[in-house]
Amino acid sequence: MSKVKMYTRFERFWHWCQSAIILALLVTGLQIHFTGLTLLDFATAVQLHRVFAWAFLGLAAFAIFWHITSGEWKQYLPTNQSLGAMVKFYLVGMFKTHEHPVRKTRTQKLNPLQRLVYLGFKILIFPVLATSGLAYMYWDSIQRSFGLETVPLSLIAVVHLAAAYIMVVFLIGHLYMITTGRTVAANLKAMITGWDEEHGATSA
Amino acid sequence: MRTKWTVLVGVVGALGAGALGLTSAPGQPAGQAGVLPAAAPAPAQPVVGGRGESTADHSTFEVLQQDFKTGPEVTAACLTCHTDAAQQLMKTSHWTWLSTDQTTTTAAGEAVPFGKGARVINNFCIAVPGNEPRCTSCHIGYGWKDSSFDFSNQNLVDCLVCHDSTGKYKKFPTAAGHPVYADTPDEQREWPKGSGKFWEPAPLREIAQSVSMPSRQNCGECHFFGGGGEGVKHGDMDESLATPALHVDVHMSPDGADMHCIACHTTHSHKVSGRYYEQAAYDERSFVLRGSPHESNLLACESCHTQWPHQTAAREGKDVKNAARLDAHQDRVSCQACHIPTMARERPTKMWWDWSKAGEKNEDGTPKKVMVDTKGTKTPQYDMQKGEFIWVLDENPEYRWFNGNTKQVFIDTKIDDTTPGKDRGKVTGLWSKIDLDKPIADINTLLGDANDPKARIWPVKVHRGIQPYDAGNKTLVAPKLFPGAGDKAAAYWKAFDWQKATEAGMKENNAPYSGQLGWIQTEMNWPLAHMVAPAEDAVGCVECHSTNGRLAGLEGLYIPGRDRNMLVEYAGMGLIGLTLLGAVSHGALRVLTSGSRK
Repeated sequence: MSKVKMYTRFERFWHWCQSAIILALLVTGLQIHFTGLTLLDFATAVQLHRVFAWAFLGLAAFAIFWHITSGEWKQYLPTNQSLGAMVKFYLVGMFKTHEHPVRKTRTQKLNPLQRLVYLGFKILIFPVLATSGLAYMYWDSIQRSFGLETVPLSLIAVVHLAAAYIMVVFLIGHLYMITTGRTVAANLKAMITGWDEEHGATSA
Repeated sequence: MRTKWTVLVGVVGALGAGALGLTSAPGQPAGQAGVLPAAAPAPAQPVVGGRGESTADHSTFEVLQQDFKTGPEVTAACLTCHTDAAQQLMKTSHWTWLSTDQTTTTAAGEAVPFGKGARVINNFCIAVPGNEPRCTSCHIGYGWKDSSFDFSNQNLVDCLVCHDSTGKYKKFPTAAGHPVYADTPDEQREWPKGSGKFWEPAPLREIAQSVSMPSRQNCGECHFFGGGGEGVKHGDMDESLATPALHVDVHMSPDGADMHCIACHTTHSHKVSGRYYEQAAYDERSFVLRGSPHESNLLACESCHTQWPHQTAAREGKDVKNAARLDAHQDRVSCQACHIPTMARERPTKMWWDWSKAGEKNEDGTPKKVMVDTKGTKTPQYDMQKGEFIWVLDENPEYRWFNGNTKQVFIDTKIDDTTPGKDRGKVTGLWSKIDLDKPIADINTLLGDANDPKARIWPVKVHRGIQPYDAGNKTLVAPKLFPGAGDKAAAYWKAFDWQKATEAGMKENNAPYSGQLGWIQTEMNWPLAHMVAPAEDAVGCVECHSTNGRLAGLEGLYIPGRDRNMLVEYAGMGLIGLTLLGAVSHGALRVLTSGSRK
């Protein structure tokens, strides 16, 4: 087992910024959707939701650039190799302290399950959230410009909301999965300091 | 390394800040942002419609150095210089009390004009014909006491009611448009009758010598008192608008813009712009270039404020949250909906009038009259002559889709007297005794719905009541109420007999009556457009963006915060629940099995 710089400085910056932005979008979004809540006043919630939406898009632009130029995008290529083993590990092996079936290395940080989930987010949930969010913001102009007067706003709202719910589901799962490293805090430490131990079965 | 960090933080920070700017102009190509028209250009003149713009001192005119005995004598003097004034006025609905460019088709297929003067019915004192000279005390002429009035006599035009600047000119409530003159007998100067209060004669010479442009007070002489008393008809017009406090009307308050009515109700050749029954107040909602021969009127808020008022204000440094978002509301929400937060802000307005209860006397035989307290103001709850009332003060209006046009019910329009109101989507409103299981006839309908691109959500005073109708012909009827002319003995306020009053009234309206008198619930819509409050008093977001807000019952559109797709809600909540359950069980299992670890 050797300590490696698993997460680069940018990667960590990106991750934590994104966490903060998503949390802010979640809180403001909740206030807008459930107007009975009193976390913030409605107008402030709307204003902040828009601000953080743009911040998210700005950050995403940097992240996409980074992924492309650094080649890190390859980390998300799906594989069904060891997929079954991963599922089995989470369902059974973890309780018997079996070793993680997939080796985590600098060039292969993500196990096959993570690859699937994160890829799904990058190409489906985030784009749907962002697109429906932008459409929501500019719906009246979009309707006029593209002759979409018959498309109801409720459709945009429902898509945005459904994607937001999936986002929350992901967040809960993600937060829990943090604790499933070698130790409860290992994954969190790694994402803060960048240093992690390459570990897991070497066969993968 | 440290500098790289700083740059990165700076870049993302700038992006966030840029987002604030970016959000301020949706729907605007970036290059166009600079050419948004600013708010109304500063007027070069004193307040439009204000005093002191005249270049003539009327007190020096020889023709006005007379001891005028009557109003028509004054008019004759005015016309010696203002040769075309009466002819101009006689073409307007202020004179004809009929629509000038809209008609309705009779049963015989004939297109006829309509208006206060003919065919129109309301649920206040119901109709004008048969009730002159009481109703016609607000006519812009002298002497319309019955149908024989000469509409072609120029001297009968009343110049002074609009042009008096002394405040001493008042048309007597039952004198068919005349004020009180020096030779008016005492019994024709007492108002209210039996009160012992007698009106002083109007000083016609002084008034004629100091005429000027119409002020709020001039228009208000009639329009504050529509329906025969202050605040009876309009929910957004009463005497408080003569010199309104800032919170009552930001445009007309001396502490605000101090504008007079005709600043928006622009007037050409004595034709005052405005909505008249089915005819909308304006066609286009956009900035109006003053001085153009194509200028129509300034009644749309956008005529001055443009379609981007919130972004303009934000650009001027005012604290406006979500300016672009607010401007984007304007395709579905009228300016009035948010900026007239409550109706009847200072003086009460009438919401319910049940004529069927009229006629009750006290045990001692005197006319029954009951007053109640409405938020500190005494308002009538019962009046033997008129029936039962509900008045309100400073309350939320109702909201309806409205494209600016209305559909009017006329004296010969067949009404639906069988379908229960609830089956036609009717509501009781907060201040009525409407029974939704019984039919409700529409006096007027606000046209437009969510699918109409011109329709927007509008604040409305809905005046409800119960009034007589012809159960045989299925039409509303116009009973003769006021015993001022015609068959005086048949008038309801003389004989207290609805059958007699209806027969006489329908005769004077030239309308058929089957003799079968019934009572029907009615509803009349009064779209609000006055009493615009200062910006900080505007209706807040959650008053509509909430499940039980002001727009609770409004159909046809999705309102974020109000509407839910329950399928998505339940599915989403369910998934969240399952995920939480999974995480908790998985974690618990890990804790439980950790003891068995090697």
